[in-house]
Amino acid sequence: MNISNIIALLRKEFLLEFRQKTSLASILLYVLSIVFISFLSFKNGIKPDVWGALFWIVLFFAGINAASKSFFTESKARGIYNYTLYHPTEFVVSKIIYNILLLWVVSICSVFCFSWLINYPVQDSLLFLLTLLIGSTALAGALTLMSCIASKTGNSYSVMSLLSVPVCIPVMLMSLRLTKNAIDGLEWSVSYKYLTGLLLIDVIIITLSLFLFRYLWKE
Amino acid sequence: MKNWWWKIVAIALVLYSIAMGFIGNVPHLNILNETIRNLYFHVPLWFAMLVQMGISWFFALRYLNGYNIKYDMLSSRAAYVGGMFALPGLITGSIWATYTWGKPWVAEDPKLQGVMAAMLVYFVYYLLRALIPDAQTKARISAVYNIFAFIMTFVFIMIYPRLAPNSLHPGNGGNPAFGKYDMDNNMRLVFYPACIGWILMSVWLLNVLNRMKKLQYNLDNDEKIN
Repeated sequence: MNISNIIALLRKEFLLEFRQKTSLASILLYVLSIVFISFLSFKNGIKPDVWGALFWIVLFFAGINAASKSFFTESKARGIYNYTLYHPTEFVVSKIIYNILLLWVVSICSVFCFSWLINYPVQDSLLFLLTLLIGSTALAGALTLMSCIASKTGNSYSVMSLLSVPVCIPVMLMSLRLTKNAIDGLEWSVSYKYLTGLLLIDVIIITLSLFLFRYLWKE
Repeated sequence: MKNWWWKIVAIALVLYSIAMGFIGNVPHLNILNETIRNLYFHVPLWFAMLVQMGISWFFALRYLNGYNIKYDMLSSRAAYVGGMFALPGLITGSIWATYTWGKPWVAEDPKLQGVMAAMLVYFVYYLLRALIPDAQTKARISAVYNIFAFIMTFVFIMIYPRLAPNSLHPGNGGNPAFGKYDMDNNMRLVFYPACIGWILMSVWLLNVLNRMKKLQYNLDNDEKIN
């Protein structure tokens, strides 16, 4: 494993992202339209606990949209080229870092969309921010691996969402619980065990992805 | 006799546990009353399912270490057997819950959430296997998904209920328990044989399915495996 290779791969990802601005824009547009639909559906305002659930569901599907691109856009020829150049761990680390950063951006943007169009009921913003960062890190790790698995099957996008839902349930539940605590502004001592649980899941997901990716990459 | 004595043991234990499960003596606890007999059916079925999913996980790891298609067969068959045992486990649980909790499905119970997540994982696993035509690719991809999903489910079943201790299951959160206090020695005499019997049954089923798959493979392919 070589750090400079990882940086080179990351640089490539960001260059691609900024050259074809449509991809990030499409995800943000997706979030905006879903939030707008929710705003239209809930005429009488959204209760705080519904807000949390809605927020994470929107973020989850936006995350699937965002992460699904990480392997679907890789052509077969480029895959072989990368295979000769990089170690699988370098490759997957760069993908995971990129997806984590992408999901952080998407989650912050969804918070803005929600607070602009609907409302912002969160009392403990620091806890909420922490939940967002840790939770979307776990989502990014799991979705990266799932996107790689899905790219091996024919009809990728629907398979991707199917594969991701069951493995992301623990992450979603923990994040929802933490979000609810943040909305209610509870003491931090209540939330510590969930935070450590979520961090533990982060570590497990990322280690598993690093370990399992090499078996997926080889044809 | 050398190789099939355990099958006889399995049949005997399961028949014994069914018979004694209905006619044996049970302690009469509040709320639970006679429904405590479900312990002899519901819990051993889950144990058998967990054992099969563990076997499936173990052989998925073995498969990735050397790509021997034999282990993929075992791994995938064990996942199917696990699914087969999950269904009656779910049904017996739902029947029991209807009479004890008042409704068949209580969404707030972390154990039920965990079970649902596990079932979803294995349904998706079957779907994934059905989607990939090539045998080796199918084996490799589904082994990766199996390992990842098993650990996530395990985390979910083992860690999450401890963080959210509001399970309605007997023995959790101050509910009357099958476990420490309420299961008397009479019940243990039925419960442990039932567990062993159902686990042996599931292993037998796995054995049969695996042999079937192997025969099919040897018919379709030139290179034989034994």
